[in-house]
Amino acid sequence: MYDPTVARLTYRALLGRRRALILGALPLLLIVISLAVRALAGADDQTAADVLGGLALATMVPIIGVIAGTGAIGPEIDDGSVVYLLSKPIKRPTIIYTKLIVAIAVTMVFSAVPTLIAGFILNGNGQQVAVAYTVAALVASIAYAALFLLLGTVSRHAVVFGLVYALIWEALFGSLVPGARTLSVQQWSLAVAEKVAGGELVTSDVGLTTATVALAAVTVLATWYAGQKLRTLTLAGEE
Amino acid sequence: MTTLSIDHVSRWFGNVVAVNDVTMTIGPGVTGLLGPNGAGKSTLINMMAGFLAPSTGTVTLDGEQVWRNEKIYRHIGIVPEREAMYDFLTGREFVLANAELHGLGAKAAQKALATVEMEYAQDRKIATYSKGMRQRVKMASALVHDPSLLLLDEPFNGMDPRQRMQLMDLLRRMGDEGRTVLFSSHILEEVEQLAWHIEVVVAGRHAASGDFRRIRRLMTDRPHRYLVRSSDDRALAAALIADPSTSGIEVDVTEGALRIQAVDFGRFTALLPKVAREHGIRLLTVSPSDESLESVFSYLVAA
Repeated sequence: MYDPTVARLTYRALLGRRRALILGALPLLLIVISLAVRALAGADDQTAADVLGGLALATMVPIIGVIAGTGAIGPEIDDGSVVYLLSKPIKRPTIIYTKLIVAIAVTMVFSAVPTLIAGFILNGNGQQVAVAYTVAALVASIAYAALFLLLGTVSRHAVVFGLVYALIWEALFGSLVPGARTLSVQQWSLAVAEKVAGGELVTSDVGLTTATVALAAVTVLATWYAGQKLRTLTLAGEE
Repeated sequence: MTTLSIDHVSRWFGNVVAVNDVTMTIGPGVTGLLGPNGAGKSTLINMMAGFLAPSTGTVTLDGEQVWRNEKIYRHIGIVPEREAMYDFLTGREFVLANAELHGLGAKAAQKALATVEMEYAQDRKIATYSKGMRQRVKMASALVHDPSLLLLDEPFNGMDPRQRMQLMDLLRRMGDEGRTVLFSSHILEEVEQLAWHIEVVVAGRHAASGDFRRIRRLMTDRPHRYLVRSSDDRALAAALIADPSTSGIEVDVTEGALRIQAVDFGRFTALLPKVAREHGIRLLTVSPSDESLESVFSYLVAA
């Protein structure tokens, strides 16, 4: 199912100079902000939870997910170089599955790791806040990567759609419209984080069971569908 | 023996018919797919390569469906027209990746690079390659698994004459080895130099098929139109129409010229100066008025 050559090509494309800069900038910003908050406000559990919840989980993780998920396949489809993968005796779902693993790994490294570091800077993991949000970021990385990989497979405007989803749906509607929260990767991953933290600081609108089922369903369905779409991907000629 | 069969294949995009009921069989040797730009060559090649589903009809390779059949790529090598090809890799890394995707290793990659004579630049990034070098590395990536069918979409586009010669030699060799090689081109001379067999496509339709000499003859034997200006147009017209090589002459008063339709190209070109000399008429202008490739092609469609 996993093809090391496809993985290597995907890693190299994703971590190429320009994209790596964007991928690195957001985590760096999070850490700088955390340092500033800690220096100005001191160690406070609520502040730590606010920064990690509002900035790391609600904004940074989905954006990194968009960049890694769509970037794992979108540019190749756009410029046509995907033809070198498609003209091989490899099952199309294998290509998708491999790219998903790479997208998940990249999203995790660039979102969960900085979340953990930021958490320790903010309050030294008091009340398990840092670990809880890190777990949430890890879980969210999987679902986001799958979702945005699918988007990258079906749409030429994947980055735009991805950012609209991440910033408008997840960040804006999610905080304003209660109903939208139950259909939000962020809330699902918070449900897992709530379980880890066990206190009042990390809460979700969704129950753990619902969240787990939703996360698994979104990941599996998105991956399956992307594989199907790639099987019938049409490479239009220049004409 | 590898035979690619295209059976009553059509493909439309919305209301536009790109390929219209084409049936052809491509066997071993070098076949040229000739047609003007926009004729549907790329669409046809994409369907042959399994990248595009025919709207109707079937494309099979030795009886096996090409569309939605990944296993078929064990036998097919593809050189796409588009330039994009993982520019951040070196030539060697790119060809090696292609070999690995076929379950092969560094040895196969090295052999393919040697075949296209790209070993000297194999450790440079593809981004730094010239058009011809890219084309050769693409070629190596297509040859790495020793395919029996090779599909090339406009492979000579943008190549300089020396690179063109090299690639032609290579393709000729592939054909001699018994592979089925199909390349598309909109340039008559390219096809003439390389292909043993030609398929002509015009406006999505299969216009002609056969060996080059037959098609060339069709092309040269077609009625030719000339615009001629002389010191005495009417006298020249009277003298020319007496000969069977000319089928029609119009005196264009506004242009001050003759529009001549010749049915026998060879005979007419010899006749015109002779008649002019015999009648003491000076020829001021002789210009063919329909020599564009498109008009040659549209004549073929009608033939």
